Amino acid sequence: MHNYLDFEKPIAELEGKIEELRHLTSDGELNIADEVSKLQGKVDKLLRQTYGKLSPWQKTQIARHPDRPHAVHYIETLIEDFTPLAGDRAFAEDRAIVGGLGRFRGSSVVVIGTEKGADTEGRVAHNFGMARPEGYRKAIRLMEMADRFKLPVITLVDTPGAYPGVDAEARGQAEAIARCIETCFSLKVPLVSVIIGEGGSGGAMALASANTVLMLEHAIYSVISPEGCASILWRDGEQSKVAAEALKLTAEDLLKLGIIEAIIAEPLGGAHRSPETMQASVGEAIAGALKGLGALDGGVLRTRRRERFLKIGSAARD
Amino acid sequence: MNWLKNIVRPKLKQLVGGQKDIPDNLWQKCPNCAEMNFHRDLENNFQVCPHCGHHLRLSASDRLKMLFDEGEYQSIELMASEIDPLKFRDRRKYTDRLKEAKSKTGLEDALTVAHGRMGGINVVVAALDFSFMGGSMGVAVGEGLISAARLAIVQDAPLIVVPSSGGARMQEGILSLMQMARTTIAVEEVKDAGLPYIVVLTDPTTGGVSASFAMLGDVAIAETGAVIGFAGARVIEQTIREKLPEGFQRAEYLLDHGMVDMVVRRHDLRATLIRVIGLLINTSPAADVLAISASGRGSLEDES
Ligand SMILES: [Zn+2]
Repeated sequence: MHNYLDFEKPIAELEGKIEELRHLTSDGELNIADEVSKLQGKVDKLLRQTYGKLSPWQKTQIARHPDRPHAVHYIETLIEDFTPLAGDRAFAEDRAIVGGLGRFRGSSVVVIGTEKGADTEGRVAHNFGMARPEGYRKAIRLMEMADRFKLPVITLVDTPGAYPGVDAEARGQAEAIARCIETCFSLKVPLVSVIIGEGGSGGAMALASANTVLMLEHAIYSVISPEGCASILWRDGEQSKVAAEALKLTAEDLLKLGIIEAIIAEPLGGAHRSPETMQASVGEAIAGALKGLGALDGGVLRTRRRERFLKIGSAARD
Repeated sequence: MNWLKNIVRPKLKQLVGGQKDIPDNLWQKCPNCAEMNFHRDLENNFQVCPHCGHHLRLSASDRLKMLFDEGEYQSIELMASEIDPLKFRDRRKYTDRLKEAKSKTGLEDALTVAHGRMGGINVVVAALDFSFMGGSMGVAVGEGLISAARLAIVQDAPLIVVPSSGGARMQEGILSLMQMARTTIAVEEVKDAGLPYIVVLTDPTTGGVSASFAMLGDVAIAETGAVIGFAGARVIEQTIREKLPEGFQRAEYLLDHGMVDMVVRRHDLRATLIRVIGLLINTSPAADVLAISASGRGSLEDES
């Protein structure tokens, strides 16, 4: 039933046994229910052990888990009256970035997310969450509209990075990302970002230049993928595990470094094991963040957003 | 034997043979046309190959010298930032790489910030030096750009930025990524102050540097032949598994695709900048002259 990761083998075996038992017809001899609950207890214990001490590389795999809830799943459950808006008005509609109007807890918002797609067809349609310039330009358009109507902006980040392709370069990938960051820093409305899966490089930064940046417990956020880093700095793609450690890309590390405001806890065994629980927690966290920002004047919001980033990593500046 | 050092070409040098007092680096092979160029010929030609016009990379100090009036400028001391925030180590320690880069270049980090006059106008210039860890952007570069922006605002001067960088400095992990946001804010401050922000894109301008401050210029000037783009050519080739188009990501390609305002030869760069800045800040000099004349304070000659 699940897609198991390499390090989840013992869990997979136990859950396999539970599946088998459930398919047995009770002949009265064996108390199946008892046996199942005993095994389930073992599974939970194993999950707690495994997920209590995940390595950065294991977290990377969970962040990219095929069953992990994506941007559209959060939008489906958290945003009422979601009205997707398409296109950059210049070249194309880029489905790697989804966005539109909707209501969050009763109030109108603009929501923008990088979407990886859930199945093969969806992944191709959404280009695996790798946006082209038109995606970032659509995001700019939506943010500017939010600004005009004084709507808070929520961004959901889950991308391996911006798309590296000839067409993307021809249409100004770098400029589109730069402009998107610039737009984030011009807004006079609250901007809250949640790194829900993979926060990949400039493609993530483009949407995460926010007042509040939240991050899921097993999400990652990095300047480069561990694989890319390993192949460049170690000249050995096999060193991804080591690179993942060195890059300090886990939510825990990033909280310590002052890159994010808070970590949103995931259900035992990762967001994909209980998407509903995860979606509810993300909803709570966004509501909390927006509550704090909602009372602030537009100019103050913009100034604080800029100050937030100017402070990062600066020992001397306050 | 100065005569020999100065004009004997390498081939001849080989014929003469055994001249140990002629260091090899006096002659440099052009990476484009493979002709050998004498170092002084390159210096006198702004490091542009006299044979094919190929623009070699320029150090930050040479860049500043060629831009400011009489080559005179004051570089500002940049605030020391946290070194090696992640305690990063790949095959080597990041601190060792830094030490090596410092001793090789004599620089503290990849960015130099200077102010001085250009065509008589006070300007702030921030230039990246590719020879310092590929001009990569970490906390120090980010801090430097913020300082450059603040200096421009204090001096009410245009800011000119000259990137030459492969992108983010991976050894600073997420903190290098954050510089994309921080340098963008620096640019915003300059723009909010109503001051011109001019970018001179030089070889190479890629990755996190191109996707932030480098692509936000009021006017974007690309130097002839410079590689400018977001993703590296190798990464793109691996992704699409086909050969890249001729001239891909070169300055001229960006001009054709509407991504820069102009492509300028290094020899014309200073004059172009002076003209552009003059047009942006000295918006009606003729009107000033008229106002002065009308005020009855005498002729223009008397004014000086
Ligand atoms: Zn040449």
